[in-house]
Amino acid sequence: MQPGLYHLLFISTALFFIGVFGFLTRRNLVTMLMSVELILNSVNLNFIAFNKWLWPQNLDGVFFSIFIIAIAAAEAAVAIAIIINLYRTHHSIEVDKAEELKY
Amino acid sequence: MIGSAIIFYSLGLLSLVSGFLAVTTRRIFRAAIYLLFSLIGIAGIYFWLQYEFIAAVQIVVYVGGIVVLIIFSIFLTQQSGEKLPAPSPRALIVACFAAVFGLALVAVQVFSYDFKGSEGKRIEPTIANIGSQMLDTKSTGYALPFEVVSILLLAAMIACIVIAMRMPKQENAL
Repeated sequence: MQPGLYHLLFISTALFFIGVFGFLTRRNLVTMLMSVELILNSVNLNFIAFNKWLWPQNLDGVFFSIFIIAIAAAEAAVAIAIIINLYRTHHSIEVDKAEELKY
Repeated sequence: MIGSAIIFYSLGLLSLVSGFLAVTTRRIFRAAIYLLFSLIGIAGIYFWLQYEFIAAVQIVVYVGGIVVLIIFSIFLTQQSGEKLPAPSPRALIVACFAAVFGLALVAVQVFSYDFKGSEGKRIEPTIANIGSQMLDTKSTGYALPFEVVSILLLAAMIACIVIAMRMPKQENAL
């Protein structure tokens, strides 16, 4: 069977919920960041698939993907700076250990 | 035709399986390596779709940039050889329910909807087309978002340096 739009949409949906699963189960900030990257990638895949099969007379999907990739890079850099700062003050990057603001 | 389908399914399988292993393995360094393979699989899917520019950007930014950044932060913050603690059973159950029901809901919606493509002359996603539309100032151009993203990236880079910089005199409040 020749792959089409629906196959790609299934891959991106599955990847999105794999990322959601990881985000809900992990307690370590670096692994949570990895799950967020998976979610962002699945969204990019969606934009490219729609651009290829449903909206080929424009390049809008490509531009959305490029901007998402740029913002994801900025987000990852800021997140890792925060993680390193947290490790300096708490000597751990488990989210359960950073609970000064709880209650 | 059949070869192209086989390549597509193996790329999809590679990205899904390694993505799943990346969120379930209990060794954090292996999780980073599985994430690397997942991102490479997605870049391969972009190549398969003949969006070569996006595939190149994916490899340069994600595989070359973000994964290396994640690996460095693992080196800086983890004791080597230690396994991550297993997730609590309650969190596991809640996450399984959320993922399975979310996947079922979205998959049913997607597969029951009949997507209709728009007619028109196809624009090939070549670098020349992407570049000339990206820097175009007319109503179809993306010059303004491009500038906004540039400023966002600059602000984020400065913010990273400020956050991660060790203040020389300031005592730790905690």
